[in-house]
Amino acid sequence: MTLFLKNARLIDPEALTETKGNVVIDNGMIAAIGEMSAPADAEVIDCGGKCLAPGIVDLGVKIGEPGERHKESFRTAGLAAAAGGVTTVIARPDTLPAIDTPETLEFVTRRAAEAPVRILHMAALTKGREGREMTEIGFLRDTGAVAFTDCEAVTTSTKVLGRAMTYARSLGALVIGHPQEPGLSAGAAVTSGKFASLRGLPGVSPLAERMGFDRDMGLVEMTGVSYHADQVTCARTLPALERAKANGLDVTAGVSIHHLTLNEFDVGDYRTFFKMTPPLRSEEDRLAVTAAVESGLIDVICSMHTPADEESKRLPFEEAASGAVALETFLPAAMRLYHSGALSLPQLFRAMALNPAKRLGLPQGRLAEGAPADLVLFDPDAPFVLDRFTLHSKSKNTPFDGTRMEGKILATFVAGVQVYKNNTA
Amino acid sequence: MAFRARHLLGIEHLTQEDIRTVLDLADTYVDLNRRTVKHSDALAGMTQINMFFENSTRTQASFELAGKRLGADVMNMSMQTSSVKKGETLIDTAMTLNAMHPDLLVVRHGASGAVNLLAEKVNCAVLNAGDGKHEHPTQALLDALTIRRAKGRIQRLTVAICGDVAHSRVARSNLILLNKMENRIRLIGPPTLMPAGISEFGCEVSDDMREGLRDADVVMMLRLQKERMDGGFIPSEREYFHRYGLDAEKLSYAKEDAIVMHPGPMNRGVEIDGTIADDINRSVIQDQVEMGVAVRMACMDLLARNLRQERGRALTEGTYV
Repeated sequence: MTLFLKNARLIDPEALTETKGNVVIDNGMIAAIGEMSAPADAEVIDCGGKCLAPGIVDLGVKIGEPGERHKESFRTAGLAAAAGGVTTVIARPDTLPAIDTPETLEFVTRRAAEAPVRILHMAALTKGREGREMTEIGFLRDTGAVAFTDCEAVTTSTKVLGRAMTYARSLGALVIGHPQEPGLSAGAAVTSGKFASLRGLPGVSPLAERMGFDRDMGLVEMTGVSYHADQVTCARTLPALERAKANGLDVTAGVSIHHLTLNEFDVGDYRTFFKMTPPLRSEEDRLAVTAAVESGLIDVICSMHTPADEESKRLPFEEAASGAVALETFLPAAMRLYHSGALSLPQLFRAMALNPAKRLGLPQGRLAEGAPADLVLFDPDAPFVLDRFTLHSKSKNTPFDGTRMEGKILATFVAGVQVYKNNTA
Repeated sequence: MAFRARHLLGIEHLTQEDIRTVLDLADTYVDLNRRTVKHSDALAGMTQINMFFENSTRTQASFELAGKRLGADVMNMSMQTSSVKKGETLIDTAMTLNAMHPDLLVVRHGASGAVNLLAEKVNCAVLNAGDGKHEHPTQALLDALTIRRAKGRIQRLTVAICGDVAHSRVARSNLILLNKMENRIRLIGPPTLMPAGISEFGCEVSDDMREGLRDADVVMMLRLQKERMDGGFIPSEREYFHRYGLDAEKLSYAKEDAIVMHPGPMNRGVEIDGTIADDINRSVIQDQVEMGVAVRMACMDLLARNLRQERGRALTEGTYV
């Protein structure tokens, strides 16, 4: 079947351009882009001059299966992703149990068929994410794992991590690390500094991120592995990242949308929906990492979607669960960066779609002939007030509840099939 | 009259005017407490529940006495032995107590912000009796009253706060209060016991007692918690006393008429020399305990007035709070 999307503002993250034009979709692929007229048998959708961009490739989404399906299932995560313009979800292995065997990976792969968007899986780097023994990286890769990570559970044993990286290198597997010195970050709920002291909350120095990053860079240099830092959130990590790239290490870095749009003071009077891992940073850090995304030093923006139920959030701040749901608020939050002039739309989609896809060797993330027709149609200017109970996620732990936002997703396409249509816009 | 607050969760939310209102009213309760018949009906018919999730003898006794002298029905709940041990969440505990219609809830909890969380869920006035490392507002107010009565003012004084500032909610509340009242504040202690970013709070920070105490009007010592004495934060008790313990020699750097304070309970020979603590010409530590009851009476009286007004309004408007 042929689909003709006409009259769109085309966001091309490769060429970093915005142009007016039409898109022809055939057999789930982008067949043509330009000023052509509709093919004879095509179904026509008028984009009304709104933005058409490659669908978001979200590197690092927590889904509650197995073990915590009451927080999020593949079905609800998939619906949330579709409603948020996320066409490829890269799921995290920090489940219960962890995705650390080919059998659990097969299970989640089967379950993921419930979702209306593409779901790819990462696997744990060490068994049980405990940092003691490496997983069956080869089998897991054969079963479809796109990357290996222990998520926020930092492997303290440098020897274990070094061996796992050496082994991963021999298979060409991508290792995703969480740059953090765990000895310093243990027990911390916020970033140390004026705010932490004012609230009497245990804080972690932003330098703990740099220390963790430096250690990992040493291991990358030693093993030659391909490495992606899941979240670089502090100004003082950036020179180290720049140096690693300049030295020719195969290193990329990401940052969560929350660290680009919120800062430590948003926690306010102990609002646990703003508790993240790593914790929200100072405004100086936020501005520095935003500039690093603009320059391309930081490659990837992810949602770090982390569902948590009400019980685990309605606790004193230190005891409360960490993380926020973000699949549906990812794009509207990113529009804050666009409207503030920090990042252009093509730059945003370079970090939200093109770069993560490239890093994982996926054909997605491009608005070009021959690319998969995974697309999001959105209005960057449409305002709304977020009501968290309208979210598709089972968990409603968003920091943006009641917040005025701009940017509505109008439609989402996966392989040329429309998986979401906004009926209210 | 100032002080319109629903709860007393911290000094952070009070104005200069609020603080003066509390202190002025507390002065009258000091007089009442010195009489043989120490009774008022300010809280008559009201129910006060003291919920202490952390051990406390003096603060709980002080709140209990304050409530009883104002005619409230006071109930103490020791939360260490209650349903919290059975896994009940803080909010459920709060809702359970709320259903019994208390008017004043006095709460101490080990987690910073826990009292704020609880205050969102109940219909009565909540007094923070200390939450984690966050605030201990009645301690700061009683310290302010003690200083005002000893020095004749609570402005333009040089106040040295010494010791374990990092883990001290007393230090935080005092720092905020003394700043609001326009005093000069010095924090003195080993850098391992100073919270990060503290110099941004409008105070001077020093790791040298003699330099820090120079010309101070008020010397406020903090308690060093037992679990922090060995190895973790300081090398040893004896080295701490040598460098940071208040003795006559170090105190000689302060003004001649400087007063010495301590929130108690004291570790004699760790943060303070026994002879200084007992020196009736310098130490106001016993006065602090006395002012504590009066200040807590004043705080509860003011909150009860606001609560009655609010409920009165709600009745005329047809909604019950």
